[in-house]
Amino acid sequence: MFEGVPIHWFLVLSTVMFFIGIYGFLVRKNLITMLMSIELILNSVCINFVAFNKILYPGHLEGMYFTLFIIAVAAAEASVAIAIIINIYRRLVNIDVENMNEMKY
Amino acid sequence: MIDFSYTIWILLIPLIVFVGTGLTGNRFKPIVTGIIGTTGLGINFLLAVITAYKYFFVLGKVGGAFQKVLGFNMTWLHLTDKLHIDIGVLLDPISVMMLIVITTVSFMVHIYSLGYMKGEKGFARFFSILSLFSFSMLGLVIATNIFQMYIFWELVGVSSFLLIGFYYEKDSAVAASKKAFIVTRFADLGFLIGILLLSYMTGTFDFITLTGPNSPAFTSGQGIMFLGMSTMTWSMLFIFMGGAGKSAMFPLHIWLPDAMEGPTPVSALIHAATMVVAGVYLVARMFPIFHHEQSGLEIVAWVGGFTSLFAAVIACTQYDIKRVLAYSTMSQIGMMMLALGVSGYGGEEGLGYMASMFHLFTHAFFKALLFLGAGAIIHSVHSNYMNEMGGLRKYLPITHATFLIACLAIAGIPPFAGFFSKDEILVAAFHHNKVLFAMSYLVAGMTAFYMFRLYFNVFWGKDQHYHHTPHEAPATMTVPLIVLAIGSTFAGFIPFSKLVTSDSVPFETHTEWGIAIPAVFIALVGIGIATMLYMRKSETSKKISIALGGFYTAAFNKFYIDQVYLFITKKILFNYVSRPIAWFDRHIVDGAMNQIAFVTNVASDKIKGFQSGQLQQYALAFVSGVIGLALLFIYLLTN
Repeated sequence: MFEGVPIHWFLVLSTVMFFIGIYGFLVRKNLITMLMSIELILNSVCINFVAFNKILYPGHLEGMYFTLFIIAVAAAEASVAIAIIINIYRRLVNIDVENMNEMKY
Repeated sequence: MIDFSYTIWILLIPLIVFVGTGLTGNRFKPIVTGIIGTTGLGINFLLAVITAYKYFFVLGKVGGAFQKVLGFNMTWLHLTDKLHIDIGVLLDPISVMMLIVITTVSFMVHIYSLGYMKGEKGFARFFSILSLFSFSMLGLVIATNIFQMYIFWELVGVSSFLLIGFYYEKDSAVAASKKAFIVTRFADLGFLIGILLLSYMTGTFDFITLTGPNSPAFTSGQGIMFLGMSTMTWSMLFIFMGGAGKSAMFPLHIWLPDAMEGPTPVSALIHAATMVVAGVYLVARMFPIFHHEQSGLEIVAWVGGFTSLFAAVIACTQYDIKRVLAYSTMSQIGMMMLALGVSGYGGEEGLGYMASMFHLFTHAFFKALLFLGAGAIIHSVHSNYMNEMGGLRKYLPITHATFLIACLAIAGIPPFAGFFSKDEILVAAFHHNKVLFAMSYLVAGMTAFYMFRLYFNVFWGKDQHYHHTPHEAPATMTVPLIVLAIGSTFAGFIPFSKLVTSDSVPFETHTEWGIAIPAVFIALVGIGIATMLYMRKSETSKKISIALGGFYTAAFNKFYIDQVYLFITKKILFNYVSRPIAWFDRHIVDGAMNQIAFVTNVASDKIKGFQSGQLQQYALAFVSGVIGLALLFIYLLTN
């Protein structure tokens, strides 16, 4: 399907996704958006795994399995995070990250 | 070989009694604690007698001398292969003799206290501490090494402190107990330094090695001189300082008269018969080394001689009967020290040593008797002052008779015990140094004088106005008096030189009439003067005291030694030593610490802003850290 696509295309894509995710995590104030940014970061990593596996070790499947694990872990993490966010919402009636500053000195 | 391992029970029984009664004392009636304590001591007394019999008569002499036997031994602290601290039981003539003295007097005092302390608040506490004291004192005398001795030495000090301060609601008792503790503790500092010096030079704590014929103490530490004396002499002097503190030798004697604030049985047990002779025992224990360091022994003799004279003079002027007895104790212990100081080593040369131990033995009986008698008097009159007493012989017949026996014994009238032991001391002093002999001769006369001054003032003369008619003490108190009176009468006939000698080789003594007759003569003179002055209350004694003027006032005020101490501590030490140290502590030591705390506080105030609670700030710091690290690795790997 992607025969002949050079590896640095994949890498550029994943790097761009990674930094978009970082940017989103640092800048957006909405917790849900921040969670989505984390998913972007994880997916950029997954692309890297798959690409390296396909091009460097064509006969192997380790990179693919790693990706599957990351997806599973990300799903679990997202569910926990959403549970926390819902609880925060019940308490503070909004989910703006700047309001959650009680955990300090 | 006879098995002496059971002797460890001599230590364990009082310890068990102390712990048991100390923990459960409040649950039973007080008298139960008293009876348990007395029974324990009774068993101990039997054990001591059995041990003495087996040691002296069954085991007997091996090769013409009594051997040192290790009844029990275990290593407690293993410092190096050569240097280790043991806990054990060492039996030799002097320790076996001390076992007898301590258990006898302690047993008698226990019985006596059942009557004397009856109905007192803290009756159970009294008996459990008495057991603690017996435990510590027995541990002290059977110590196998100088470190074990030091441990028990301190324990004795603690129990003495607790018992002097028994009436802790009385300010004077509290002050006296503190004084006793601080003064003896100060002396023990010297003892500790001495132990460290000695063990550093010889590499052992063990008494058998230290006092044996090939003792490392004879060879080491001789070369290094300090202020004209070798290091070994210095270590002996420091050890003697500890002994002088416990035995109330001048100038560390100030605690003993005040210690009379404790209950009278305590004074009899601790401050007359047992603990205060620990210093004498210590010197006797280390005697071969002391003898090797002649200049140290010389100091022991002079300190002893001076103290005995000094205390005898003060004893002649005091009115509190317990204080008279306290100064008399100091004086007699001074005599024992003097006898050790003039003694040689081995055979007949060691006459002074044997005399000292003999006097220790007999003195324990008659001085305990005197104190217990004084207790019976105080019990019936409710006063300590002899000028508030008089004519008591009619009311207290048994106390009177036993007290008279004790007075005759301490004055050195034959055939009572004191005559024999004092005679040996005088003989030993005569052959060594005429000045010391003159001092002890004078002391012998003064002893007779002040004891009979006390006797006549209390038992003769006119009746005073008592609150109620004085009555004889109960049987629990009179029986110990009678037992001790029998001891004071017959203890002198024990052939001591066949049992306890400096090198454990028995020798023959014979009464030297050339010295015994003048000694008895001066004692009779002392008694005669006391009879003239005090048998009837007369004004002559007052006139004499006025004629003596300043000297009498000085002696009455104990030569102002207490005031000198107060001056030195309050005016000099507190102002010029303690205050600068306190200033240094407050400002330099504490100041440095405060400064550190202040800097930390300010710094933490400044940097706590980093922890803002803003999640995205943390994430930014984290990401920049990761990027920084990544750049660092790239840089490192590409070079």
